[in-house]
Amino acid sequence: MALPRIPIGDGVEIAVNWVESHFGGLLDLLSTVLGALVEGLKDVLLLLPPLAMALVIAAFVWAVSKRNFKMAASTLLGLLLIENMQLWTLSMETLALVISSTLVALVIGIPVGILCSRSDAANSIITPILDLMQTMPSFVYLIPAVIFFGLGNVPGMIATVVFAMPPTIRLTNLGIRQVPKDLVEVAEAFGSTPKQKLLKVQLPLAMPTIMAGVNQCIMLSLSMVVIAAMIGARGLGYQVLVGIQRVDIGTGFEAGLAIVIIAMVLDRITRSLTEG
Amino acid sequence: MISECGNVKVKVRNLSMIFGERPEEALQYLKEGLTKDEIFERTGQIVGVYDASFDVAKGEIFVLMGLSGSGKSTLLRCINRLFEPAAGEVIIDGENALEMTPQRLREVRRTKLGMVFQNFALFPHRTIIENVAYGLEVRGVPEKERLAKAAEVLKLVGLEGHEDSHPSQLSGGMQQRVGLARGLASDPDILLMDEAFSALDPLIRREMQDELLDLQDKVNKTIIFVSHDLDEALHIGDRIALMKDGEIIQTGTGEEILTKPADEYVAKFVAGVNMAKVLTAEGVMKRPEPVIFVDSSPESALKRMRKYRKNFAFVTNKNEEFRGVLREQEAKEAAESGKRVEEVFFLDTPVLSPETPVTELISIVAGGTHPLPVVDDRRILVGMIGQTALLDALTPGVTENGVA
Repeated sequence: MALPRIPIGDGVEIAVNWVESHFGGLLDLLSTVLGALVEGLKDVLLLLPPLAMALVIAAFVWAVSKRNFKMAASTLLGLLLIENMQLWTLSMETLALVISSTLVALVIGIPVGILCSRSDAANSIITPILDLMQTMPSFVYLIPAVIFFGLGNVPGMIATVVFAMPPTIRLTNLGIRQVPKDLVEVAEAFGSTPKQKLLKVQLPLAMPTIMAGVNQCIMLSLSMVVIAAMIGARGLGYQVLVGIQRVDIGTGFEAGLAIVIIAMVLDRITRSLTEG
Repeated sequence: MISECGNVKVKVRNLSMIFGERPEEALQYLKEGLTKDEIFERTGQIVGVYDASFDVAKGEIFVLMGLSGSGKSTLLRCINRLFEPAAGEVIIDGENALEMTPQRLREVRRTKLGMVFQNFALFPHRTIIENVAYGLEVRGVPEKERLAKAAEVLKLVGLEGHEDSHPSQLSGGMQQRVGLARGLASDPDILLMDEAFSALDPLIRREMQDELLDLQDKVNKTIIFVSHDLDEALHIGDRIALMKDGEIIQTGTGEEILTKPADEYVAKFVAGVNMAKVLTAEGVMKRPEPVIFVDSSPESALKRMRKYRKNFAFVTNKNEEFRGVLREQEAKEAAESGKRVEEVFFLDTPVLSPETPVTELISIVAGGTHPLPVVDDRRILVGMIGQTALLDALTPGVTENGVA
């Protein structure tokens, strides 16, 4: 005698459809805003010719890394290699997607992380959700993203945000909780309001840990935008997908290499910001 | 003696602090007489402080002393409500801190209560002057004004020139001066100091204690100082409350605690102290006996000497003002030759003041033939110190009230 099957899958499907039919307008609005964000960012990144843009990015690395010439030079070389592989436009599209996904993930993740650090109740509810978000195979996010937002950059971005946000929340929470107890007591003993305590003491002292979370968030975004190509996100991910479909190792490898270069540049920028 | 004066700054009454979710339950058990260990077993709650009461006078340095875990830092944190007491009252300038709204509490913390922390607790992301100005900053004082005030206080603690350094660039002693400056910057009436000098090495610690006393002469704050170091407590404290297992077991001046320990625990606690360093004449003097009036007859003087089995007597006038010392030999001669007392007693005997430290007494008293009189600033005879009194005081384990 078999137990009746619990219809988890059906339930999720019903829930997703319900959201789609009741909040369609809101989802459309969200889609428009996020779409405009990605497109706008892409346009900015493509404003200058590749060579000039590569110089601008290298100069930025030089500035944030406290005038580390070697780091700036290798950044420039890497970007020139991308241009040489004729992957510049696709790379800038990927970069736009990564930056906008990261921004959204931070805008949501940091406040949620702060909430977790202040309330044990919130922390105990949110932690298992984060565990679920991180262990669920990332492909699974693609399905509801498609149902809500159709195909294209926006659903890819949503799936990326969901995938990349957990470390931001976790590390913001951890960073604030790790602020030495006596320093928090100092803030209180001198009559700080909760907001002053957060802004003047906890966040500045948690900043290195929070920045490690930002770094993680960027790296995870970058890995997810490739997968998001399966639901129509543009950029280098799409090129990798083409390489797989045609069993064209050259195309796939070149696109992959470009992703690695972008990852290195972004990693250096965030690390420099953390150390600075 | 101080507590009954009208200038009480901080008054703590029946204060209890429980670490745990259901403090009422633990308090009930405490009232029923359960020990702290039993309460922990039954409820999982820890009694931090139980039924503490004391007064701190304006301008006084009051030391909460005890071993680690005795609840002294917890008690201190109840005063500015970093910890929320379960019961009792903390009256600051006539206002109960435990009934303050969060806004009022912040206001009082900003203006009346400075705090200095163990291990300095400086903000590593701020420069020295920004650390010192923190209290003023959260109060909303304009930047220029607060930096000027902070620079002034830094000068007071001898750290001018380090304004723009970061805490990690300073030595421990300097860092604690910054901590002290931060506590003083908002010009609070009351300074709470939690093991402020414990993290410093002994020589620097002593130096900082002396500096605190010098500073106290200039700023005249009411200071509540937590310490586990008895020497420190005796050195800086006007009065000391000795704590054990969350309860205050004795409150008094250093001398009172050393000479009249309330129980065996206190006696053991103070046993290792070098008494000579802390005691003054007032603490070791005995009742002056025998005393005769200046117009007594030599015969009655000799009678009194015999009664007390002494070979001398202190001579005073009717107002108890000290006049001199009469020795047995001169008294006998006077009795035989029919002279009066005032013709034969010694006028030029050395006298001691109640504040004379014991270390200075030793050489004076040791060589004398009779105990020395102690007179106050109006020359009233208040006590005497002989060799036995001195030895008794320096060896507390074998005093007559014998608490070894």
